[in-house]
Formats: sequence, structure tokens, C-alpha cells
Amino acid sequence: MSFSTDIVRWRYKLLPDHVIGEVLTKKWVDSAIPFLALTLLVLCLGPFVPHFFEWTTLGNLARQIAEFGLIVLGLAIVMISGGIDLSVGSVFALSVLMSLIGMNVEGWSAGTGLVAALAVGAFCGALNGFLVGYIRMRAFLTTLVTLIIFRSLFEIVFPQFSTAIVTNMSDSAVFEYLGTAQIGLLPVSFLITAVIAIGIHIVLSRTRYGWHLLAVGGARRSAYNAGINVRWTIFSAYVCCSTLVALSGFLFASRIGSAASDVGAGLELQALTATVLGGISLGGGRGTVSKATMGAVFVLLLSNSFLALAISGPGADLVLGLILVAAVFLDVRWVKNRHKVLRSVYISPAYARMPDSVSTDPRAGAMAPNDKLRDVGVIGLGILEGAEDVIFDRDDNLYTGSRHGDILRWFPPDYQRWEVLAHIGGSPLGMAFDRHGHLNICVAGMGLYQVEMNGTVHRLTAETNRSLLSIIDDSNMKLADDLDIAPDGSIYFSEATTRFEMHDWYSDALESRGNGRIIRYEPKTRKTRTVLKNLVFPNGICMSYDDRSLLFAESWACRISRYYFDGPKKGRVEVVIPNLPGYPDNINRASDGTYWLALMGMRTPALDLSLEMPGFRKRMSRRCSEDAWLMPNLNTGCVLKFNEQGEVLESYWDQGGQKHPMITSMREHKGVLYLCGIFNNRMGTYRLQGADPSFCGVDSYWGHRS
Amino acid sequence: MPGFPSFRLTQEEVIFCITVVLIGAFSLFLPKFLTAGNILTLLNNVATLGILAVGMALVVVGRGIDLTMIAVMVIGVAFSIWLSANGLPFGWALVVGGLLVIMVGIGTGTLVAVADVPPIFATLGLASVVYGAGRIVFKSDVVYAPTGYDWFTFLGTGTIAGIPVSVCAAALLAGLVALFLRKTRFGRFIYATGDNPFAARTIGLPTRPVIISQYAASAFIAFLSGILMCAVVSGINTRLYNSTLIYDVLLVVVLGGIGLSGGQGGVRNVIVGTILVGVLTNGMTILNVSFTAQNLIKGVILLAALAIDAVLNPRDEQTSQSGDI
Repeated sequence: MSFSTDIVRWRYKLLPDHVIGEVLTKKWVDSAIPFLALTLLVLCLGPFVPHFFEWTTLGNLARQIAEFGLIVLGLAIVMISGGIDLSVGSVFALSVLMSLIGMNVEGWSAGTGLVAALAVGAFCGALNGFLVGYIRMRAFLTTLVTLIIFRSLFEIVFPQFSTAIVTNMSDSAVFEYLGTAQIGLLPVSFLITAVIAIGIHIVLSRTRYGWHLLAVGGARRSAYNAGINVRWTIFSAYVCCSTLVALSGFLFASRIGSAASDVGAGLELQALTATVLGGISLGGGRGTVSKATMGAVFVLLLSNSFLALAISGPGADLVLGLILVAAVFLDVRWVKNRHKVLRSVYISPAYARMPDSVSTDPRAGAMAPNDKLRDVGVIGLGILEGAEDVIFDRDDNLYTGSRHGDILRWFPPDYQRWEVLAHIGGSPLGMAFDRHGHLNICVAGMGLYQVEMNGTVHRLTAETNRSLLSIIDDSNMKLADDLDIAPDGSIYFSEATTRFEMHDWYSDALESRGNGRIIRYEPKTRKTRTVLKNLVFPNGICMSYDDRSLLFAESWACRISRYYFDGPKKGRVEVVIPNLPGYPDNINRASDGTYWLALMGMRTPALDLSLEMPGFRKRMSRRCSEDAWLMPNLNTGCVLKFNEQGEVLESYWDQGGQKHPMITSMREHKGVLYLCGIFNNRMGTYRLQGADPSFCGVDSYWGHRS
Repeated sequence: MPGFPSFRLTQEEVIFCITVVLIGAFSLFLPKFLTAGNILTLLNNVATLGILAVGMALVVVGRGIDLTMIAVMVIGVAFSIWLSANGLPFGWALVVGGLLVIMVGIGTGTLVAVADVPPIFATLGLASVVYGAGRIVFKSDVVYAPTGYDWFTFLGTGTIAGIPVSVCAAALLAGLVALFLRKTRFGRFIYATGDNPFAARTIGLPTRPVIISQYAASAFIAFLSGILMCAVVSGINTRLYNSTLIYDVLLVVVLGGIGLSGGQGGVRNVIVGTILVGVLTNGMTILNVSFTAQNLIKGVILLAALAIDAVLNPRDEQTSQSGDI
């Protein structure tokens, strides 16, 4: 091996570039950008702005966050529902005015004043919501006009009370407490906002109403067609928004105790900048409380720093305007291109060097190609769809899965009649009977399931322990593939890959990284644990006859290994066949104490070579459509028989795949070999010469019927 | 629907009827309303508004919106005056100012057309950028026009056949834009782009240049109206940016019946909307309604117009796009 290949090997071993793609799939990436921006802002401003980190500044900031944060949260709710509310500044002014008239002039109690202020807000919100939600006017223009109307109302009413507001003081102790008191280091108003923010977070992320909001904002038409009351949802969003703004106005009034004629002017632009900076999409459907909060803090820090640095109003306008445009630009680009970036980054091939394969030279013996599988019987032609595996019970009934998520039962002797035993969903793959005669099934996309012979379906497990350092959530099961059951009843099953869904199986082949694992499910304790990790597409699993180890196939590595789950070698893995000529799929027991193995495809020199060139495969995945990628030779059917030592004894071929391309599984039952393929529309039957005519797989595991 | 006689009014017709009723009512109850002098004052008062609205209409027809117009107007004119105060002849200063304004328009258009920023936010943000940048240069709120240019004075106070020059200028501009929209190929491109940008792009129209040139044109038209305003009151108040003038412009455009979804309407709608606002303002001023109350009434009327439009031409849940605010 030359030095340059060493470099390539170590580069792909040491630099985990698949992590980039996995990070991009996480939801929190959306929040990471505003968080970084905020950190950067603090780092940039902190050293320059006087008193930036002092307690009084921070205390003052906390009160401002309390008031401004409520407004931003309100606006965020409306924006998540797909609208916009520009009237927040005017509603704020009106509610401040209402609170001050109530508290200072009329001398109401704090409760009455609060209710009055909130009522003003709710009324304004109801008007907006009625116009936008029920009459379906355009949100931007409508709230622009209500901005003018509410503002005009404020300007008409305010001069009549302005002197009375300034000359009187509220005599409510609660009102004063709200404005000035602290609990510990934190102002009361800040705590109130924090509680509300947590409440809104729970509503948005955990409740039906929050989901409806997100649905309406994300895809209004689909939400409507799904039966969500779109109009009511939008209406309520505006009412929520304006009520929160009114609460903010009440807190502001309690803190300041008076008002100027320009209170709340330009607030809508600030709040809008905050939400957009936080990464709440303008089109709706995206947004969280944490994003809104970060945006609010960002804008407040910036405007406070401008004040502290004595930068004039126009200068601040300039910067805020630039930031708004830049934030919208980034948001639009991000939403538009995120999935494109993800697509081009996610597939990240690894370096692999394939060993020279077992010879298939006609003179070599057992692996010599033939066409024995051309003359086979056919079951279920045109009815079977995606039967990956097949199994028989002691009464000769035949069971297969289908890509529709059904488990089919075919009746002997000729397997012409059939029924749907159970519907699971997902894509049922490997199957095995346990001691009690229940059928255990690996279902891609769902996990491990059990079907009783009366058709009842149980979910055994869909979750395993999450690895500490894995970025994608590997606790759920993307592609449970094949299983077998140990004598003590615990189920070992393979999960082929944790990075791709089943329909993307070939992307995993292109990566050829150890993305898969073997998982153990313990029926007695109902515990699920990953026992082997970093396997290259672990596929077939079969219990060895020694009752203390199992054989498993790693497809893209073209090898069969043995894992000891018991005995003196417990926990060890030994390679049994290191260099198959094709990609192994399921392994099952044969009647003579050996094993059957299906090869789903044959290796090709070009593909083998490309495994040593990860950069080439990456370019291929980016620049070619998937149907133009290098593929294994799937147009050959091959089944072979091997023994405990890993010697290949016999092989059965269908060259050119005329009857059975891509054989994924086979099962011997009473002298006949049944052949399955996940993309085939049939099942093949091949009569074996000299095989035990009474052999049944179930007996081989659990003994003869007593 | 074929087979049924259609009695549905377009928004333009609704507004036209309201205008006629208002004119009738004011003529009956306000003796000073229907005099030649008052009508000319009315038209003179809305001339700048009308020009701005024509510029806005150009953008709205192409499914955009331009909120930078007032900022561009005040800063462009103030910049030209500042140049002439620093020694450049006023005529050349206006040319330079005009070029600068067109550059700003191209910048806005690029942000919308190429960078895909929604026009509402691009122009909202850029308005405060333009205004902030300008105000850093000019310290005072009000910038006075230089004196001693006869043509400039004529523009502000002269008359042609008894009609104020500003009204003539507005009429001329409206006529030119109407011809441009209706008779030229590029004008039809604007309608096509506004009606369905994706389809326009698919059939090979140069949608991006079309959009960019719309914003350049609207910025330039805003600048022209600024010159006119400056000539009339011999100076420009940059605080105008903080007023509700931009909303009045939008009010005129939307009232006249140019849908914000683009592709429909024309200069005639702008004229109808302008006259309604002019009549309303004039009548309320004669009635001695306060400025804030005028704002309130105008706001309510705009809201009513929008609501009527929404009821007459309702959005369909199956075809309206989400995110279409």
C-alpha cells in the first residue's frame, strides 16, 4: 500500500465529515445561528460599551427584556401562524394609555387596571384577527392601516389626559411592586415574562393548539384540507399577540408611571427585526420561543449600546435597517438552500479496501457459476410485492411480508390460496418463530414486532440505548433488517444503517461506512441494548448450532462474521468468510447442519476500486442522479451453502437474473428451497437433491413438536 | 358565470361612486367647495401625492411594494441641494441626485429580484438605511432650496393656461407612464411578471431586469415628485419620512383598485384614488377637522376599501399561497 493511499485512508478515518450532514439535520441548527450572532454581538460590544456588564445595566436590561420580549413573543405567534402584525406599537401605546388612565387618573386597583389594559389589547387583536382571519384580508396592509387608526386614536385621546397622568400617582401598592420590586436579583416583571415564555413554549411545542398554529403557518392549504379551523386559528393568534402586547404595556406603565406622546412609535420595526433576527420565518410555520427571545435580546443590546455610545437616531436607524435586510436575506437563503446543502453534504463516503474475492472460476469448484435457479417453480406471481424473507411453521404454512406492511399467510400444499394474517405497516423484512410459535418480524422504519397466529400485533421494541457521542438520534430504528432468536429467548436483530431510511439503502452502500449495528432484545426484562456497533450494513443473522454464537453478514464489506454472546469467548467477533464474491444478505439454517446464504448482488471491479476513492464517490453522489451511480451487479441471483468453518460447499446461480435477480433470502423447508427477493414479484421453489424431506426450521431451533 | 348578468362592481367603480357622492355632498353643503380656485388648490395639493402613487403603482403592478419612496425622495432632493450649496450648479446637482437615486432603486430591485428578499422587508429596511445615511450627512431637518433659478420658481408657482405647473407635470407623468404600461412591450412584461412571475420566467421574459427597472423607475419618480414639492414650498422637510405619507401613497394605489397581488390595474386607478383622497382631505380641511382625526378617518376608509375588496374578491383557500402576507 503506497503512501498516498495511506494519506487517503487516514484522512477519511480521522476527519468525520459525515458529522456535518448529521448536524445539519438537527432542528437546533436553526437556533444555533441567532445564538452565534448574539454571542458575537456580546463579544464585539462588551469591551467598547461603558458599563456593559454592570449589575445596574443588566437589571435595567432585564426589565426591558421583560417588556420588549412579550411584544416579540406576540409577534412571533402571529408570524408562526403565517401572518404579521405591524400594529403592535400602536396597541402598546393604547394599552399604556389605558393603564395610566386607570391607575393614575381613576385610581383603580391593579387588577382592574390590568383587566382594562388587556381588554384594550384583546379588542385591537380581535379587530386585526377578524379582518385577517375571517375576512381574509392581507395581513401586512391590514395591520399597517390599523397601526394608523390605533395611533390616531391614541393621539386624539392622549392630550386630554396627559396632564392628569403626570400630576397624579397610582396609590396601588401592587402596581408599584410590579414596576420596581425584585425577587433575588431578578425584577418581578422579568419573572412574569419568563413564566409566560415557558408557557408559550409548552403550548407551541406540546399542545394541539400550538401544532395547529404551526400547521396553518407552514402549509395553510394542507391545514385547511386536514380540517383545521384555519380562520379561528389565525384570529386567535392575533388576539394572543395583542393581549401580550397589552400586558407589556401594563408592565411598562408600572415601571415608568407616565407616558410621552411618542410611546411605542417605531416599536413594530424593532420587534420585527427581533423576530426575523431570531430566525422566525416570514412565511410562517417556523419559529420557537427561544429564537424570539434571542432576537429580542439582540435588538435590545444593540439599541442600548447605541444609547450608551451616544450614536444618534439616524445612525441607529441605519444599522438596524441594515441588520433587518441582512437577517431577512440570510433567512430567505437559509430556508431556500438548507435542503440542497444537506443533500450535497449528507452522503459522505468512507475509505474501504475490498479483499480479493473467492474465485468464481468454473474450474475452482463450489463457486462455479451455473444456471440451476432457472428451472424453478413459482409461487404468488404478481401477488407478492417486496417479500424480503419467507418462513414456515410446523403446519407447512408459508409466511411473507409485503411492501404494503402486511404479513401474508399462504396455505399448503400448493400455496395458491393466501390471506392477510396481520397488517403492521412499514416494510416487514426478516422473520423468525420463537419458542411459543409467535412470529417475530423486523419492520424497516418501525422496529421489532411480534405477530401471534391469531393476527394480533405487538410492538416488541422500537427504541434502543442512545449512543453518547452520536449526533443523529440513534435510539430509534431506521432499518431493522433481520433477526434470530437465541435458545434463552432473547432476540438478536440487525439494524442495517442508522443514517438512512430504507428507500435510501443504496446511499449507505455508497458510503460503505460502519453505520449499522446489532441489537439485543430481552423479552423477560423488555430491555433493548445495542451489542455491536459500527458494522457495515449488517444484514442476515443466524444462530449457530453451538448455541453460544451467531453468524451475521455485513453486506457492503462482503463478509460473514461470528459473534459470541455466551461461553468462554463471550463478546468476541471472529470473521468466518472474509471475501465473498458478492454482497451477502440473509443467512438461514440448512437441513444438513450447514447454512444457506443469499447474495443480493455480485461485486464488480469498478465499484471495488471506487471504494478506495471516497472523493470520487462523493463527487458521483453530488453530480450524477442516483440511477447513474456505480451499482453492484444486481442482475444475478446467487444462493450458496457454507459450513461452520466458512468453506463454501455449493452454489446455485441465475446468471443474468432471468427468474430471480437480487435474491435477499431463502429458506429450506421439507426438501425444497424457497427463494425471495425484495424487488421480485414472485417466490421461487427449488427441489434440493438429497435433502432431509422432513426438515422444518422451527424444529431445528425449538425441537420437534411434543 | 355565463348566463347570469353580472352586476359586480370593481373596486375602482366603487371608489369612483364614493368620490362622486362625496363631491356632490361637499358641493351641496360647503359653498366654497365647488369653485375653480378650490378645485385647482385641491389638485395642486395632491399633485405630489399623485406622482408618488404613479411610481408606487408601477411597482405594485409588478407584484412588489416600495416603501423606500419617501426616504429616497427627501434624501435625494436634500442631497442635490447640499451639492449645490457646495458649489455645483443646481441643475447639475439635480442630475447627480437623480443618478444617485436611480442607483438606490437598482440596489433595492437587486435585493428583491436577485436575492429573493420579500419586497416589503427589503424596502422597509432600506428605507431606514437610506434615511439614516442621509441624516448623518445633513444635520438640519429642513433643507432650503437655492434661490435665483427662474425655471425652478416657475415649476413651483407658475401656471400654464391657468393651471398650476405642478398639476400639469403630474398629468404629463401620469400620461407617460400610462402609455408606457399599455403600449410598450416592456410595460406588458411588467404585467406578465406581476401576474405570475414563475410563468413569466418560464416563457423566457427577463423577469429580473424587469423587477429591477421597476424599482429604479419608482425611485426616480419619487425623486421627481420631491423636486416638485421642493419647488412648491422652496425647501424640503426630511421629517416627512416619519410621517404617514408613504401609507397615504399606498392608500391611493390600493383604493384605486390596484391589487397587491400584481398584474392588474393601471394609471387610471391611481387617478381615481388620488382624487378621492384629495376631495376627502380638502373637504375635511374646509370642515376644520384636525389632522389626527383626518388620519383616523382616512385609515377607516382605507380599511373599509380593503375589506370590501376582500369580500368582493375573496381569497381561495385552495389557491392562496401560504406565506403570502
